[in-house]
Amino acid sequence: MANVPEDLHYSKDHEWVRVDGDQAIIGITDYAQDSLGDVVYVELPKAGDEFAANESFGSVESVKAVSEVFTPVAGAVVKINESLADEPETVNSDPYGDGWMIRVKMSNPGEVDSLLTAAEYEDFTKAESE
Amino acid sequence: MVDFGGWDMPVQYPAGTIEEHLRTRTHAGLFDVSHMGEIDVRGTDAIAFINRLTSNDVTKLVDGQAQYTALTTPQGTVIDDLLVYRLAENHLLLVVNASTTEKDWEWIKSHHSGESVQLSNVSSDYCQLALQGPDAQSILQKLTDLPLAEIKYYHFSPGSVDGVAGIVSRTGYTGEDGFEVYAPADRAEQLWNKILEAGDSGSSTGVLPCGLAARNTLRLEAGMALYGHEIDETTTLLEANLGWICKLDKGDFIGREPLARQKAEGVKRKLVGFEVTDRGIARDDQEVVVNGERVGKVTSGSPAPFLKKNIGFAYVPIEYASVGQEIKIDVRGRLVGAQIVKAPFYKRAK
Repeated sequence: MANVPEDLHYSKDHEWVRVDGDQAIIGITDYAQDSLGDVVYVELPKAGDEFAANESFGSVESVKAVSEVFTPVAGAVVKINESLADEPETVNSDPYGDGWMIRVKMSNPGEVDSLLTAAEYEDFTKAESE
Repeated sequence: MVDFGGWDMPVQYPAGTIEEHLRTRTHAGLFDVSHMGEIDVRGTDAIAFINRLTSNDVTKLVDGQAQYTALTTPQGTVIDDLLVYRLAENHLLLVVNASTTEKDWEWIKSHHSGESVQLSNVSSDYCQLALQGPDAQSILQKLTDLPLAEIKYYHFSPGSVDGVAGIVSRTGYTGEDGFEVYAPADRAEQLWNKILEAGDSGSSTGVLPCGLAARNTLRLEAGMALYGHEIDETTTLLEANLGWICKLDKGDFIGREPLARQKAEGVKRKLVGFEVTDRGIARDDQEVVVNGERVGKVTSGSPAPFLKKNIGFAYVPIEYASVGQEIKIDVRGRLVGAQIVKAPFYKRAK
């Protein structure tokens, strides 16, 4: 069973959001990394890039497939996880920790309320894998 | 699971593609390739008939030998690539791709004219398991009395594995030593489980079950063509670097004349191997760019787990086909640098 931490917000595209003041840290969920398989390459934006909600901000590649990743909330990128360039497998081993992808300054912090809670996301993945 | 030519097949097993790939290179991997098609050809004209439909020279085979070859169109392009097994002078077994089995079957039947042969599509009678890797021989030897060490590359022997009568062939699609076992379809599960057991599956150096994704990355590293990617009905054998299976002097065969002409004139485009030199992974169907011009297409692009590089095959005009040529690949709008290199990318130490 995939791990779904209580304190995060989730999107239907399988990203998670950790709120830190008016900033959001974004990564992909345990369920997503497990479905992708071994991550071999992560393409991330640059600091300063701005994204609307649900916009593609990069891609995660396994041996077999390329998957786009989307911003659950709008904002400007403050920082990216540079270490994923050399250690993309961190996305598999620690998706909610060292495998984080980008930190954005949210343009509308209220947006997180429209995201799924842990319980809702768990139900959503159950329905999706049935 | 994915649909593959009408078969439900696993892309990967729990170990994952990279581990499956590496284990096959270092120890052993087991692949269920029962989806492959088998066509049985019997009769006094079996060799002559198949020699007329394929590009390699079937008359060179001896009993117990297999040959890589192609069914060719009148234009010299490829209907399918296949193995021809010579069981006897009047008995051949053709092993063809799953997605093309029906097409091949119709093609072969429709080109039968007067020769004394009996054709049967026996695809559903057979299962096929491929045990590949440096430990393949020692694992399989536990289950058979056949002297495996005596079976040479691209040779085979009828015999029993775990008491199941079949064919054991020293062939494969990974670039490693290994065997392919053909047996009655209803014994697939028994053989699969017994080979895993004999190979100490579950230990960190034991045999691993491998899915379609590892089968693809292994064959790509080893520089082998995949039908529908490097070769199809729009590519000639010479463009695909398969001149070595084009025996133009063996006598007439379908497609011989255009191939002979193309050989004399030289090909205008060619399949090349490349290595990505920038960060990024080239994927199937992405375009090749040289001097700002779109000149070709990637036929297979992937990370190569053993070489730890991002590699691929592409068709490019002959003027850009030399080893060392710098090219760009359009990776979803980003031009990523790559260099043409010698294929195969990987060659095992003998």
